[in-house]
Amino acid sequence: MYPSRFNYESPKTIEEAIALLTKGNGEAKILAGGMSLIPMMKLRFASPEMLVDINNIPDLNYHRADADGTFHIGALCRHSDLEKSSILAQHQPTLAATAPLVADPIVRNRGTFVGSVCHADPQGDWASAMIALDGMIVAQGPKGRRTIAVRDFVTGPFQNVLASNEIAIEAIIPATKGIRFGGYLKLERRIGDFATAGVAVALELSGASVIRAGIGLTGVGSSTVNATDAAQSLVGSPLTSEAIERAADLAAQAAQPRSDHRGSAAYKKQVVRTFVVRILTEINSTKTKAA
Amino acid sequence: MSLDEIKIGGMGASRRRVEDNRFIRGKGNYVDDVVLPGMLHMEILRSPLAHARIKSIDVSAAWAIPGVRLVLTGEMMAARNLAWMPTLSYDTQAVLATDKVRFQGQEVACVIADDPYIAKDGCEAIVVDYEPLTPIVNPMQALAPGAPLIRDDKENQKDNVVFDWQVGDKAATDKAFASADKVSKLELHYPRSHPSPIETCGSIADFDRSTSKLTVYMTTQAPHIIRAAVALVAELPEHMIRIISPDLGGGFGNKVPVYPGYVMSILASILLEKPVKWIEDKTGNLISTGFGRDVYLKGELALRKDGKILAVRMHTDSDHGAFFSDAQPSKFKIGLMHSAFACYDIPAAHLTARGVYTNKAPGGVAYRCSFRVTEAMFFQERMVQAAADDLGIDQAEFRRVNLVHDDDFPHRTAFGFLTDSGQYAKCLDIGLEAIGYKDFLKQKEEAKKRGRLLGIGISTMTEPLGAGNSRAYDILGIKMFDSAELRVHMTGKAILRTGAKSQGQGHETTWAQIVAHELGIPADDIVVEEGDTDTAPFGMGTYASRSTPVAGAAVAMVSRKIRAKARKIAAHLLEVSEEDVEWELGRFYVRSAPTRGVTIQDCAFAAYTNMPDGLEPGLENVSYYDPPNLTWPFACYIATVEVDPQTGVWDVLKVVAVDDCGVRINPMIVEGQIMGGLTEAYAMASMQFITFDSEGNCVGSNYMDYLLPTAWETPGFELHEVVTPCPHHPIGAKGIGECATVGGPAAFVNAVMDAVKDTGVRNIDMPLLPDRVYEALTTKKDISGFPPVKTDA
Amino acid sequence: MTSLYEEVRGDQPGEVPVRRVSIRVNGVNRTADIEPRLLLAHFIRQGLRLTGTHVGCDTTNCGACTVLLDGKPAKSCTVLAVQADGHDVMTVEGMATASELDPIQEGFKDEHGLQCGFCTPGMMLSAKALLDENPNPTEDEIRWALSGNLCRCTGYQNIVKAVLWAAEKMRAQSGK
Repeated sequence: MYPSRFNYESPKTIEEAIALLTKGNGEAKILAGGMSLIPMMKLRFASPEMLVDINNIPDLNYHRADADGTFHIGALCRHSDLEKSSILAQHQPTLAATAPLVADPIVRNRGTFVGSVCHADPQGDWASAMIALDGMIVAQGPKGRRTIAVRDFVTGPFQNVLASNEIAIEAIIPATKGIRFGGYLKLERRIGDFATAGVAVALELSGASVIRAGIGLTGVGSSTVNATDAAQSLVGSPLTSEAIERAADLAAQAAQPRSDHRGSAAYKKQVVRTFVVRILTEINSTKTKAA
Repeated sequence: MSLDEIKIGGMGASRRRVEDNRFIRGKGNYVDDVVLPGMLHMEILRSPLAHARIKSIDVSAAWAIPGVRLVLTGEMMAARNLAWMPTLSYDTQAVLATDKVRFQGQEVACVIADDPYIAKDGCEAIVVDYEPLTPIVNPMQALAPGAPLIRDDKENQKDNVVFDWQVGDKAATDKAFASADKVSKLELHYPRSHPSPIETCGSIADFDRSTSKLTVYMTTQAPHIIRAAVALVAELPEHMIRIISPDLGGGFGNKVPVYPGYVMSILASILLEKPVKWIEDKTGNLISTGFGRDVYLKGELALRKDGKILAVRMHTDSDHGAFFSDAQPSKFKIGLMHSAFACYDIPAAHLTARGVYTNKAPGGVAYRCSFRVTEAMFFQERMVQAAADDLGIDQAEFRRVNLVHDDDFPHRTAFGFLTDSGQYAKCLDIGLEAIGYKDFLKQKEEAKKRGRLLGIGISTMTEPLGAGNSRAYDILGIKMFDSAELRVHMTGKAILRTGAKSQGQGHETTWAQIVAHELGIPADDIVVEEGDTDTAPFGMGTYASRSTPVAGAAVAMVSRKIRAKARKIAAHLLEVSEEDVEWELGRFYVRSAPTRGVTIQDCAFAAYTNMPDGLEPGLENVSYYDPPNLTWPFACYIATVEVDPQTGVWDVLKVVAVDDCGVRINPMIVEGQIMGGLTEAYAMASMQFITFDSEGNCVGSNYMDYLLPTAWETPGFELHEVVTPCPHHPIGAKGIGECATVGGPAAFVNAVMDAVKDTGVRNIDMPLLPDRVYEALTTKKDISGFPPVKTDA
Repeated sequence: MTSLYEEVRGDQPGEVPVRRVSIRVNGVNRTADIEPRLLLAHFIRQGLRLTGTHVGCDTTNCGACTVLLDGKPAKSCTVLAVQADGHDVMTVEGMATASELDPIQEGFKDEHGLQCGFCTPGMMLSAKALLDENPNPTEDEIRWALSGNLCRCTGYQNIVKAVLWAAEKMRAQSGK
């Protein structure tokens, strides 16, 4: 497996990278972790004329929480950085549950969080978590920066709203008003497999009551599914078993899977349903224990 | 004083492996590691369609790329009478497609260039115009009236049937069925799987015009067969062909057949007079090289109500892909499928087998098994469990009733094989004890009350290894013997060469142990070489668990020839007659004066320096071993599982293996083989399959879709042993390389079926993916006998 | 050189982009002019003739090509050699000294943690990264850490034992 020829640039600043992308005029690709792009180039599903390697731009490998709880993940933050992060475990239960389930341990050493979200693979794990958390992507282009909500960021399978000379430089997860709970479950047939189905749940609780909820679904649609009705159904009341069952039903309804060698459409909906119940039930028992 | 056999690394020593010294340093020498001066690189262009007529191929853009040295198409091959080659099963196979493509991934053209990147660029630049034809992707379609003819290249081929074959006694079987209390029926599909060693196939052909010698480095498990095949296909003199099979990164049957890539690299080297390297990519390996299995079964057991099996009836439809290129004994069209039920005492049996062509890759190779034995034993053990359930008899007890008793050997099986030895009930008992059978049944009932689904599955089987004796076993007429050549040097050190070819089994370690056992020469003093046809004696290679039963026997026999000659030398040195010389490990001594003796090393030295009158000098010999019969190891595998009723996901709780492979040469290596085999068994039961959509597109063309388990999913294994020596093998060994792959899958499937039994479901075909288990649980219907493809209707 | 493959011909196209890289491999700086499309695995294998790094699959699954890139396991078939410019690479050939094997290598031999040997270099390097971080791993931690490397021969159980063996030896050595 050998990629086609391309020109390679490794800029030292974001501005330089943007200039190169502008010059590339739609035929240039950004190389971050490369864990999706390079395999596609080796299979010659992708043959960009130019690669703009952003790995040599300093200060993009970070993740941190602001004083108000707003969480930032830089463009070069690797999956494994997040997997091993104590800040993440402390502030972001949904992301912390997702991190170890992304790809395999070696791929996690190089693959990036932001790159994965940009890749907009309907089977990407991080995108579901970001949907559940109302996350945002900060993009920088020739005209400066803009912030895009992830739900508006992905426009279809492997498609996002970025212009060909814009770079996603950071992901932001907004601060909470209540106490954050969350989880991620993924049915994979073996480590490194794409999800048969995955469910990300992010909740904010105030006392016993849910004040915000988000549910993102992996691998059950032509892009990451935002199960808004299911999430909305949880808001304003405690996590009773009836509420959990109702949310699970609504999430399963929101899923639009296709039958394939990973399972039938009906089965994938059942997995979504089961996982919503399991995550919410687990949150309920954690919350009770904590209280 | 006699030597301590374990200390000298003889039989029974868990000797650490010799070959590891290079592997752990990254100094193995695999085909892709070989670099020859001036070497060019070849890449293959493959068909994207499963069935299509080739209207035209335009290679001009490929030729225009700087660095491209040669572009080969079917037309160019045909001009040299090389577009087609014979297979190992008396069929023909396209080297490069000329008329039409018959499976997705078929070789259409190849490009030879300065480096593989450029060769790939060249392939991408080739334009092929296809006229799509209706693809046939399973035997049901192939056999349907009016099905398109896949092999229209063959003059007398009027349909898609490859063979129609039968074995057994139909009349006796029909009679037994007529008198049965109950008939238990089961339809099964053993899905297509790929052996998938991590190393793909490859070759480096190096034709030297000045000497007319062709040297080919090749990923082959059977270098001598390849040499013969190349001589026939390329019409080159056999003595001018040297096949070298260096270290192999796994084989599992994948590296037995002759592949078009080998042939093309050879032709390219002849045309260009340069070494040409071809290293297949993973997709090429998975979609075009020898797969395993893909057999549909209709099985029936005639039962007496006390549990006795009266007769077995089987019909198989096997999918051979576009070309019948299985490597298997020529007499048996569906391999040794009729070894099914060999461990049970059954009066009558009949098997009908039909093979068909489809628009899928050719193969049907013995994927880690002795020619369809994996399918045979899986079908057997699934039928046995279903029958036990149908009769309402405990599955362990049902087996005990039907297993051949220890004192019934030699035993003639219902299909006519002769088994020689075993302690079947003992193995079963050890397995049941180890798994805690009775306790588990209680736990299972307890768990059921809380909505949990536990299950236990047993698989007991004996499989035929060591094909085989020359009366019955040949490939393309070449008898399936094997060989060993032993040269003992003057100082008592030795080199051993065999016609087998290790792919990870550790021959360099174990063969030396056999010599140590026979001659008392420390194993560390013996170097083992295999895989070079210019130096190794002719042998049929390593597959079908035949190395220990056949080549291993040859190693013992050649050692005995050496010992016989050494005895004459010893008599000469001791100045007594040969009849007065006694042998103990490593030493001859005078019977009447045991302290007077000479070592084997003394004899070796004398063989070159002080031989008796009338005896040829030197201490070298060669042995060709034609086994009197197959060997029959027995195994009992038991697995327990828990099924998640809401997702269909199942987890393995415990796996117990009891293997009786006869005498163990190196227990450490034997256990390694068993654990590797159990892992493949688990993989096949749970995830490892290659399927095709209705267009004939291979779903499973890379490791993202073709799932091999990692360390995380793979369960742990508990191993036990029983030793019943093989009565006709020189060292009593029976072979072990494939037992667990063969017998293992049914243990896992039976366990899951046991867990879901209360729903009335009798079968879920492999692989037991969570969705299939869930579907069976909720619909309470079998998922049986059809290919595992899911699409939105 | 425009290509690391044998005998580069004179008629290579003039337009082929070439970059000079300097990569520290097993402690030695290696400089070469390479095409950007050259994969790190091929740079190591063909360019440096360090053939212990194997290429097994096309899709970043098998891990046979695993090397340590700045100390962390990376699948070198999915890294461009130009990306490793200025970085540190360790291959299996860098594990042993002239006189001494790495305890992981010893463990793999002693516990029969390999059969065909093809996955072994990648497997050992993943194990090395694990033990560098966690000198006393549990069986589950080992299985988890090695789950990016596929083995077809061993069934993993002996690989796990090999890593435990090495961990114990390394702890004993460092305790001295």
